[in-house]
Amino acid sequence: MSDTFASAKLFAITFLFWMLLNGAFALDVILVGALVAGAITFFLGGSLHFLSGYRLTGESARATVGYVGYFLGELVKANISVARVVLDPALPVVPAIVKVRTRLRNPVARLLLANSITLTPGTLTVEMTDEWLYVHWVVARTTDPEAATDAIVAGFEKYLEVMYD
Amino acid sequence: MIVLTTLGVAVMSIGTVFLALAGLGLLRMPDTYTRIQAGTKATTLGTILVLVGAALIMPEWTVKLALIALFLMFTNPLSSQVLARAAHRAGVPATRETRTDALAEDKEGLA
Repeated sequence: MSDTFASAKLFAITFLFWMLLNGAFALDVILVGALVAGAITFFLGGSLHFLSGYRLTGESARATVGYVGYFLGELVKANISVARVVLDPALPVVPAIVKVRTRLRNPVARLLLANSITLTPGTLTVEMTDEWLYVHWVVARTTDPEAATDAIVAGFEKYLEVMYD
Repeated sequence: MIVLTTLGVAVMSIGTVFLALAGLGLLRMPDTYTRIQAGTKATTLGTILVLVGAALIMPEWTVKLALIALFLMFTNPLSSQVLARAAHRAGVPATRETRTDALAEDKEGLA
């Protein structure tokens, strides 16, 4: 992907964000937005590869929709399961920090994976080194890395794999 | 209009229930890590439900509220993760019930 295209994308995203936040098509709003988006692109373009690596294909778009749907479902399940633990008089927690492995190579894909894990069923990403993620698990079902990877990572990974290079 | 407002109030109420449960979780959980867990999960869904409720009551705010929800879903897990990592690096002990700590084991192996 060319640098010009990456800059154009960054500018478009920041500008769109500004316009959505303002929700008004006034000349001064558009001018300020273009100025600030331009400055961000100019000064920070080198370090902000915001969407780099995202595949612009139909398959990828379908995976994105699947990912968002799966994520929202998991988010609701996570909350109900944590609520159940908190309300149980016996407080049935079996905490453990387990090690899981990801096949994902792209940094943004790894970020999304770590964030998704943190937001879903009783799991919290504590540390990340290369392809290993250390995950704190409130009700640990297993301490084996392979089994934990299947339980925690696999669900998100199969969508993210399609979305990012 | 009345229907939307009623629905919005209902959704907001469910959101506040989750937020209250998060508070209860903070009090009841045994150690730092499990407390962070309780704080992250329930507050994210709770806040999103409050935002959805607000969008139902004031439909013209929907876009802005959706952006706030998006920001929240990106920043909330990051801050929890950084807190947990800092706690672990500083040597904050986990509860005795913790079954295993793969991170501590690997760190000993490296040192």
